[in-house]
Amino acid sequence: MTESTPVLKHPMAKYIRSDRQPFIYCSGCSIGIVTGMIARAIDNLDLDITKTVIVSGIGCTGRTSGYFKTGTYHTTHGRAIAFAEGVKIANPELEVIVVSGDGDMAAIGGNHLIHACRRNIDMTVICINNFTYGMTGGQFGPTTEHERYSQTSPAPVGNIEHPFNLVKLAASSGAIFVARWTAVQARRATKSIEKGIQKEGFSFIEVIGACPTEYGRMNRFGDGVTMHKHLLEVAEIQNGLPPHEAELDYENRIVCGEFVNIEKPEYTAVLREMHKKLKE
Amino acid sequence: MPERVMFTMGDIACAEGALSAGARYFGGYPITPATEIAEWMSKRMPEVGGAYVQYEDEIASITSVIGASWTGVKSMTATSGPGVSLMLESVGLAVMTETPLVIVNIMRGGPSTGQPTRGQQGDIMQAKWGSHGDYQIIALTPASVQEMFDQTVQAFNLSEKFRTPVFVLADETVGHMRERLVIPDEKDLKLEYRKLPTVDPSEYLPFKADDDLVPPMGLFGSKYQFYATGLTHDERGYPSDKENVQIELVTRLNDKILKNSDQIIDLERFMLDDAKIAVISYGTPSRSAKKAIRDAREEGIKVGMLRLKTVWPFPEEQVAQLASEVDHIIVAEQNLGQVYYMVKAYASPTPVHLMAKPAGMPQLPHEILDKIKEIKSI
Ligand SMILES: Cc1ncc(C[n+]2csc(CCOP(=O)(O)OP(=O)(O)O)c2C)c(N)n1
Repeated sequence: MTESTPVLKHPMAKYIRSDRQPFIYCSGCSIGIVTGMIARAIDNLDLDITKTVIVSGIGCTGRTSGYFKTGTYHTTHGRAIAFAEGVKIANPELEVIVVSGDGDMAAIGGNHLIHACRRNIDMTVICINNFTYGMTGGQFGPTTEHERYSQTSPAPVGNIEHPFNLVKLAASSGAIFVARWTAVQARRATKSIEKGIQKEGFSFIEVIGACPTEYGRMNRFGDGVTMHKHLLEVAEIQNGLPPHEAELDYENRIVCGEFVNIEKPEYTAVLREMHKKLKE
Repeated sequence: MPERVMFTMGDIACAEGALSAGARYFGGYPITPATEIAEWMSKRMPEVGGAYVQYEDEIASITSVIGASWTGVKSMTATSGPGVSLMLESVGLAVMTETPLVIVNIMRGGPSTGQPTRGQQGDIMQAKWGSHGDYQIIALTPASVQEMFDQTVQAFNLSEKFRTPVFVLADETVGHMRERLVIPDEKDLKLEYRKLPTVDPSEYLPFKADDDLVPPMGLFGSKYQFYATGLTHDERGYPSDKENVQIELVTRLNDKILKNSDQIIDLERFMLDDAKIAVISYGTPSRSAKKAIRDAREEGIKVGMLRLKTVWPFPEEQVAQLASEVDHIIVAEQNLGQVYYMVKAYASPTPVHLMAKPAGMPQLPHEILDKIKEIKSI
């Protein structure tokens, strides 16, 4: 072959630091799909990337922020939301997006998550729930289902603990927009991310993802393709369902949709009002 | 604002110093004996268009302060030992990502919950070594209400100039004592602001330092986009596990403080010119030492004091020089010996005597005078 084939550029490549390719993600991992969702949401909303900040904590998902051409920051483990709160309060003009893992946000950073929901600071938080601590090699975490195997919950007993349902957690903590999708429902998830960005307040979007390398392997869920096919099969769309009914049973039924969409005074808006009043 | 005079406590002087320095973001969690700073800020910050944010814990507080600083807003937190213990992981993050911010530690009795309402100087080594890895820190040790103001302004100036977290380490007595405070006219204050990049955004290397070893800082919302991470990173800010990248980064971060230490170290030489005995002290005990030295002078004892207004970076050369001038050094500090070990390391072979007190009441003037007389008689 002498003719060179033209290389097609991915339509979202303009948002990604190409000099940092390839991604660190394993093949079959969902994080790349979610990275694409965030890029598409930025594109669809035509966000100014110089006014957009993407923050992550530590973990496989924690590496996501660093691939974007926006302002990005990689915090200590669990602290992405706390960092993002400082950014948003200090400069409310910025569009702040947080993307991190379930361990980062619901274990070590769980306290920041619930208090940020309660405080209602305008930001969009995307949690990729792969049911495990991926980066450290697949130990159980706060979303690992009861009796599942992991590096620290080996056979034959499996996980002694019980998981958080992150939709219920965020909703009951006061988030104004709460949604759950699986990584294969890319268009719907992207729409929810866009809604989250547009809403003035704390939005929480859980994306159920696959970690075939660790969690999948240890629980015999098959390879990445098989795991993603499974997600498609068990996803059940129930938009508007009360959040406390948004069940998550990996084997049989993952209830997806938008469960909370309410209005509540937003922190930085109230602060600006306070500044105005004090000036008068 | 024109000059103002107040009769107030150290904690409030510290808060006013921060506001005068231009701080507009405070993230914190209440703790004795630093609570008055938070309370004062909750009222004053909104008045000046800033934010007082009360977080769920000190970990969120410090991390949010790092976030706020990356938008270009001068930012701070204030706490005491237990809070600092929680913050330490992210102190390392601030060091590694070269984030200007100020942490005020009004030191109380420790370890653990200790004596919340009693002062101590037990956190000197914590400030230096608390976070993991090799790094340098800047720490200021005020000894009066006026210095709580002045040195908080200075803490912001140093943090901005060197893009690094700076501690104000005040013992509880200084935090809670009331004295006259003169807040200077704002046009008489010399304020520093971090260097901003000037290159074309396409050429911007966020962690490439200038000759002073400090890189210009791109900010969120500016035309400069970047990735900042606590991972070891190259000049582009990109993570690297290469040995040379680690060595270069850690060496520069340390040198940035050590090689600029002449711009940071602040010492008061008190009656030292003809002294044969030198007291080294800081914070409240240094006030007792001054009285003791005056009393000793009346009795004809040639004694003086080197008062540390900054403990980190440690004044190695100045202590070595002092040791060559005097026969004995007494270190008076409100702990079981922390600065003492540093002094010993640089004063050798001059004998160094520790006057320790791991409790709330600082060494009293007559106790220090007795110690001076005891050393004189050796
Ligand atoms: C303070 C601290 N404790 C522990 C770790 C080790 N650690 C790194 S990533 C990680 C778990 C990440 O899991 P998750 O947030 O679910 O993200 P994933 O890797 O699965 O995307 C842990 C425990 C750390 N970096 N810092």
